[in-house]
Amino acid sequence: MTMTGQRPGRAKQGPANRPALSHRLAERGIDKLLLLLLPALLFALVLFVYPFVYGLGLSFQPKTGGLFGAYVKFFTDPSVRGLDSIWVTLQLALPAALLNVLVSVPLAYKMRGKFRGKRALTTVLVIPITLGTVLTAEGLLNFFGQRGWLNRFLGVLGFEPLQLVQNYWGVLWSLIISGFPFAFLLILSYLSGIDPSLEAAARTLGADWKQRFRRITLPLLAPGLAITFCLTFVLAFSVFPSAILVGDPSGSTRVIAYVAYNAWGQQFDYPLASAAAIVMGAVELIVIVLVLIWRSRMYKGSTGGKG
Amino acid sequence: MSIHATSFETLELENVARSFGGQNALRNLNLSIRSGEFIALLGPSGCGKSTALNCLAGLLPLTGGRILMDGKQIDRLPPEKRGFGMVFQNYALFPHLSVEKNIAFGLEMRKVPKAEIKKRVAEAIELVQLGPHATKLPGQMSGGQQQRVAIARAVVLRPPLVLMDEPLSNLDAKLRLEMRTEIRRLHQSLGLTTLYVTHDQEEALSLADRLVVLRLGEVQQVGTPQDLHEHPVNWHVADFMGYRNLLEGVVERAHGEAVTVSVLGTTVTGSAQVPLRAGDAVKVGLRPEDFDIAPAGTAPAGLASIDATVEVVEYQGREFAVEVRSDAGKPLHVRTARHVEPGQRVTLTATQDRVLVFPAELASAPDRAPQLQGAAL
Ligand SMILES: Nc1ncnc2c1ncn2[C@@H]1O[C@H](COP(=O)(O)OP(=O)(O)O)[C@@H](O)[C@H]1O
Ligand SMILES: [Mg+2]
Repeated sequence: MTMTGQRPGRAKQGPANRPALSHRLAERGIDKLLLLLLPALLFALVLFVYPFVYGLGLSFQPKTGGLFGAYVKFFTDPSVRGLDSIWVTLQLALPAALLNVLVSVPLAYKMRGKFRGKRALTTVLVIPITLGTVLTAEGLLNFFGQRGWLNRFLGVLGFEPLQLVQNYWGVLWSLIISGFPFAFLLILSYLSGIDPSLEAAARTLGADWKQRFRRITLPLLAPGLAITFCLTFVLAFSVFPSAILVGDPSGSTRVIAYVAYNAWGQQFDYPLASAAAIVMGAVELIVIVLVLIWRSRMYKGSTGGKG
Repeated sequence: MSIHATSFETLELENVARSFGGQNALRNLNLSIRSGEFIALLGPSGCGKSTALNCLAGLLPLTGGRILMDGKQIDRLPPEKRGFGMVFQNYALFPHLSVEKNIAFGLEMRKVPKAEIKKRVAEAIELVQLGPHATKLPGQMSGGQQQRVAIARAVVLRPPLVLMDEPLSNLDAKLRLEMRTEIRRLHQSLGLTTLYVTHDQEEALSLADRLVVLRLGEVQQVGTPQDLHEHPVNWHVADFMGYRNLLEGVVERAHGEAVTVSVLGTTVTGSAQVPLRAGDAVKVGLRPEDFDIAPAGTAPAGLASIDATVEVVEYQGREFAVEVRSDAGKPLHVRTARHVEPGQRVTLTATQDRVLVFPAELASAPDRAPQLQGAAL
């Protein structure tokens, strides 16, 4: 073989024939296709980054109390009771997210294969996604309310009516109903991503279904569970409409979003409202980081058969 | 050595069948596997090989027939109770477990004591020569190494039967040859009984003691590699056994086994594989290496001959693979040590016993089933 051309490695060093700019950019993964990202970037900038930075700035400009005045007020002012609202929200969002994940896992596990009526069942399970929080709240009131079906039925049987809405349980229910479809669909898709021949292999090696689930499926699913938990948690943590409609916004379901709304719409204290929103984001971030730290200790490579 | 196959006398498959929504993927599979045998299940893609293997492993319930191990029916047992070792086409290694843990998995499921697990895993790793990789994850290893792990994971349990589903099809050509030898070596040294699925006739011929050729879910022939290679029962098996030239023709005269067939505008005398009569539509099967190729006009008289023109000559080590086009326009494959040039006029001849004549129609299953059962036992 004869070689007349220069080796590519050499060509790079000689300034006379450096590769074209487009080639050097392509080497770093930059090409014209990236321009397609521009609209999305613009969108994110206008709708997300700008309001966030603006809100952050606002939260450090209270009328009184200096740079951190709004935050001090949020945490210490007895009329705001910010710390309480964080606890209230966490007490709603954590169990709701956890329960949604825990209920979805066995359901999705049972439904990962093909079977008759799978589509119909999936549809029923996912319908709450299309409902939206207000409709869900209305349904809950109709069913669980003072004069709802359940209590009327209990009344006929001679029982005392149960207080299931306008309190903590009403909001928790609504969070579970609206969060479940997300958790279920996500986990179902994570499960479908696990090569079924892994379970078949485990079977031929003598593992019963419990062992297969614990030793194979669960470890491979864990990273997906972490992500699902984070997403449903964030959804639940920003609970607002249902806290008012089926909850007790002045007491047991006085969630952080409600505090922010109150500061903004009732007291016209924009810095305080911004501070509440920033604290809300910070708490979400802390929970997500904790979950991701747990996840980083797990295997998280491919879940296909080739490893 | 402590890895030794637990054993059975015979494993009988009786009319094993599996259909998917009315579609038969496997019909009337009759096979008797003796302990220590290496059996290859051979057939084109989609012919039901994996289905047969999964039925045997218990991963697919049967829709007909029975499986008996030493007279005991086992086809209702779930796979985890059958205890057959299985090697999957895509290896199916647990990606989150190290090589050691993958191999130990089956032993742990069987509640083997820790110390013994350790010993047997080390031995299995030694056996497949993966010593330096014991603590790696499967994803950090090459395809060939992964397949070794998969094999070690299956044989460490000393299974009475090892099932392999095209275990080499994802490897490159050189590695395939190496692993083939490796599999045969393990089979012999561990005293395994192996059922091996492949679509590669060369692999099947070189590995197996007996071959089972499948087509559209039906067994075509069961026999030793030599049986099948020399005496395929129909043109489909012949096709798989390297009879690359399958020519359509019509019987002109038949005298017992010797039949004269008009094919490619000439007549060829061959041996009928089943009784044939004049006028029958047939397929004539010829292996590339059974042709004699000679420059036109120099062929010995008396033998059936086909005139042709050389088109492509490929050098393949000690021989040439030659593609010629017959004067009737049909391409033919020839292997020869004789040097010919593209464009050269040649005459092809073949002796009568290497020209196999089959009926063009493939017989349907029912009338062949008893005969096959006989062949299997
Ligand atoms: N789960 C299934 N559902 C429906 N049809 C199937 C299924 N598995 C296999 N088949 C069909 O059965 C036939 C045999 O398949 P298979 O045993 O995988 O073939 P092979 O392994 O020989 O390539 C094919 O026609 C295939 O389409
Ligand atoms: Mg297959």
